[in-house]
Amino acid sequence: MAATRRITININGVSTSHEVEPRLLLVHYIRDMVELTGTHVGCETSVCGACTVMLNGAAIKSCTVLAVQADGEEVLTIEGLAQGEQLHPLQEAFWECHGLQCGYCTPGMILSAYQLLLRLPRPTEEEIRHGIEGNLCRCTGYQHIVDAVQQAAGQMRARR
Amino acid sequence: MPLSRLVGARIKRREDPRLVRGLAHYVDDVRLPDTLHVAILRSPHAHARIRSIRVEEASKAPGVVSVVTGIDIRDSIGPVPVVAQNPTLRVPLHTVLAVDKVCYVGDGVAAVVAQDSYAAQDALDLIQVDYEPLPVVSDPEKALAPGSPVIHSEWPDNVAFRWTLKQGNLAKAFRDAYRIVKQHLVHQRLAPIAIEGRGVLARYLPGEKELTVWSSTQIPHLLKTQLSIMLRQPENLVRVIAPEVGGAFGSKLNVYAEEALVAYLSRTLNRPVKWIEERRENFQATIHGRGQVGDVEIAVKKDGTILGLQYRAIADIGAYHQLLTPGIPPLTGLMLSGAYKIPCISMEVTGVFTNKMSTDAYRGAGRPEATYVVERIIDRVAQELGIDPVKIRQKNFPQRRDFPFKTATGLIYDSGNYRAALSKALKLAGYEKLRKEQKRLRNQGRYLGIGLSTYVEISGMGPSAAMPAGGWESGTVRVEPTGKVTVLTGTSPHGQGQETSFAQIVADELGVDLDDITVVHGDTAVVTSGIGTFGSRATAVGGTAVLQAATKVKEKARKIAANILEANPVDLVFSGGKFAVKGVPKKGITIQQIALEAHLATNLPKRMEPGLSATSVFEPSNFTFPFGTHICVVEVDPKSGEVTVKKYIAVDDCGKVINPLLVDGQIQGGIAQGIGQALWEGVVYDENGQLLTGSLMDYALPKAKDLPRLELARTETPTPVNPLGAKGVGESGTIGSTPAVVNAVVDALAPFGVVHIDMPLMPEKIWRLCRSKDAADRRG
Ligand code: FES
Ligand code: FES
Repeated sequence: MAATRRITININGVSTSHEVEPRLLLVHYIRDMVELTGTHVGCETSVCGACTVMLNGAAIKSCTVLAVQADGEEVLTIEGLAQGEQLHPLQEAFWECHGLQCGYCTPGMILSAYQLLLRLPRPTEEEIRHGIEGNLCRCTGYQHIVDAVQQAAGQMRARR
Repeated sequence: MPLSRLVGARIKRREDPRLVRGLAHYVDDVRLPDTLHVAILRSPHAHARIRSIRVEEASKAPGVVSVVTGIDIRDSIGPVPVVAQNPTLRVPLHTVLAVDKVCYVGDGVAAVVAQDSYAAQDALDLIQVDYEPLPVVSDPEKALAPGSPVIHSEWPDNVAFRWTLKQGNLAKAFRDAYRIVKQHLVHQRLAPIAIEGRGVLARYLPGEKELTVWSSTQIPHLLKTQLSIMLRQPENLVRVIAPEVGGAFGSKLNVYAEEALVAYLSRTLNRPVKWIEERRENFQATIHGRGQVGDVEIAVKKDGTILGLQYRAIADIGAYHQLLTPGIPPLTGLMLSGAYKIPCISMEVTGVFTNKMSTDAYRGAGRPEATYVVERIIDRVAQELGIDPVKIRQKNFPQRRDFPFKTATGLIYDSGNYRAALSKALKLAGYEKLRKEQKRLRNQGRYLGIGLSTYVEISGMGPSAAMPAGGWESGTVRVEPTGKVTVLTGTSPHGQGQETSFAQIVADELGVDLDDITVVHGDTAVVTSGIGTFGSRATAVGGTAVLQAATKVKEKARKIAANILEANPVDLVFSGGKFAVKGVPKKGITIQQIALEAHLATNLPKRMEPGLSATSVFEPSNFTFPFGTHICVVEVDPKSGEVTVKKYIAVDDCGKVINPLLVDGQIQGGIAQGIGQALWEGVVYDENGQLLTGSLMDYALPKAKDLPRLELARTETPTPVNPLGAKGVGESGTIGSTPAVVNAVVDALAPFGVVHIDMPLMPEKIWRLCRSKDAADRRG
């Protein structure tokens, strides 16, 4: 086993600090050390997007980032999106529009959509479909997801 | 009382808040202290003898607790089971880890148990296996040829089983035919790819002698029984829990080697043990679907009337049987009548062993193959006879009055109105206009194609007589002393939303608030019996059991209420969750008050048992037969071979709808998978049995940008098979869509003389076809 290193990552506004092996993936840090299991693993190869989290405000696939690379940075996971019991408009919209079935892709999908809406507050259907291209869902056929993102976009604009 | 308040309403799902917040628990999210982690060494060879395995070095690696091989465990764990039976079935011994030879890439060879998954993975590299490669056969047609490599020495012909069906005088039908149309068809292998792979966590408690297994499964109860047999562990000391399950599509309707292996390791090591499948393993060692090639011949009259159909097929079994492997191709046979009157039908299928992973049930399971055969060949006939594909279908449909409709394959279609679904779809699509548009564009050198599929499928599986391991389902409704309602179901939802739809059913029946109902599933210690979720059966069979249990509860409550109100039970009316004497609504008593009385048990009718709960086991008398029409419009660019789906209309009839939101979701997801098969997906092994599509980079799953917006509509023809009138909808989208897409592409390419293309319709294939035609014309 390689020498471990202490790292500190702010996750959802809370500072976390652990001794880790340099090869530890960020997704495993989040799931196994910090015990936030809402971030999922679906492929380990950067294709499915189930592991998507926000790193310093950008959506990344945490299965292909080392935990040590996020040392000193800020991470937002699905658990940090709601304000207490108050769901984020995207979470509300996924619920309203039936944008999920098994729910396994959902945390990553919502965070990808979150990044999309930060960049494009008024996305077209086409832009949404391209924006979530890096996230696979086998259950829904994406249509209700697209509807949900559109609905959330409206909600988020209204909030501003 | 209005019959329905919630049934039929678009209610948003009650399971979603935990899922959208990331607070749900899939197998890998269940954490037990001191858990050990398993990694499995898998064969890189498709066929090889194992000369020796050396594990010493791996055993000494940091963090490693144990390493086991096939030899170590073969006497302790029974074989991986197959429950689908067939008189000609040959069942090779399928051990949990390979003992003396490996038969496919991904075959398990050894397992490492370590403190964490990284250490377990590291140690895999230290295991030394001496393989002696053997000749490989990966193509099922070649496996049947004389001189082929032999996979199981007991059966040198590589035949796994033969199955035939023959009804009516086919020879005469073919003699009398005006035309016989033939087509060779390939149903390529597919990977189900649930985004959550498989996963198992097992905990053995040595004091209690109790084994608990959390598995990402569709069938916790069947798994409990099979694990008890495999591990010789008394069944009453096995508990299986299907926690949150991240999709399955048939791939988790199985009993896998790893489930028994992990449970065994926990029992041996007296520690919780976990195995989480990687995506690469998922491609290699989770069942595949389809994998059939066949030749269909159809005999028709000049006006397009079908006289008979014959289908000869080869089913690619893989190296071993899994739970239902040999049961899948017969489902193709049974559904060969499609949505048509076909007086005689025959099917012969040969199951063939190959050096590949097993095939088994993937969304549709045998029926997509049937629908594809029938819908493709009917289009071929239309083309040959110069009849519009709509007209030829209408001509051969059974009429409304023909239901219940008996097919030549021996099924009885419960109810249907095929014309209505077709008409609705044609109208939505603007069919006539589309045909004109097609003509117009062709003149400009643009190729639009319009494809139809008028499918019927078999769902609501049971009845038990037709199922390998029970076709009934259980439901329990219990009103707690505080008035909350607990519903237990033997189905095991994994995305379908039955925590919502079953609550709707019970809420209506008992007049209670949706929010006061909890639906529990997936734990064999809580739900006493069950079959599971597959074959589009949960609502039709499981929902009915729940409804019947709720009705029993209501009838018991009526008697208790009558006792308290000092009235005759028949004089009570039930409305808004309250029993009251006819004409005296004010003095009513609520179901919640009755529940408390039932528990206190001081004021019950004589000889009545205390408590307010009831269980019902529903055994359906028949399958159900959903149907519909899908219309797909594509544009094909002959220069690039690219197919663009421009429009997609689906009119589906799944009988009575409990929750339209969930039905739409099932149809959309199903269509995405069906389009995926038609256009992009395919598991490819090379001739050495190497898996060329072993990752999501090589296996093309549909992405959001690849799919069109789907236009959905419904007709509603209730089934008489169950009191809900619901048929099932989980697989319709997949079954209906694939042929619609292929028919559309073939239609688009008609000017190029194309009459058929095998799936997946990759641009390269299409480009070649168009180019060869261009070249021929130039030579012309
Ligand atoms: S698990 Fe990271 S992209 Fe699939
Ligand atoms: S909801 Fe199941 S994978 Fe997206």
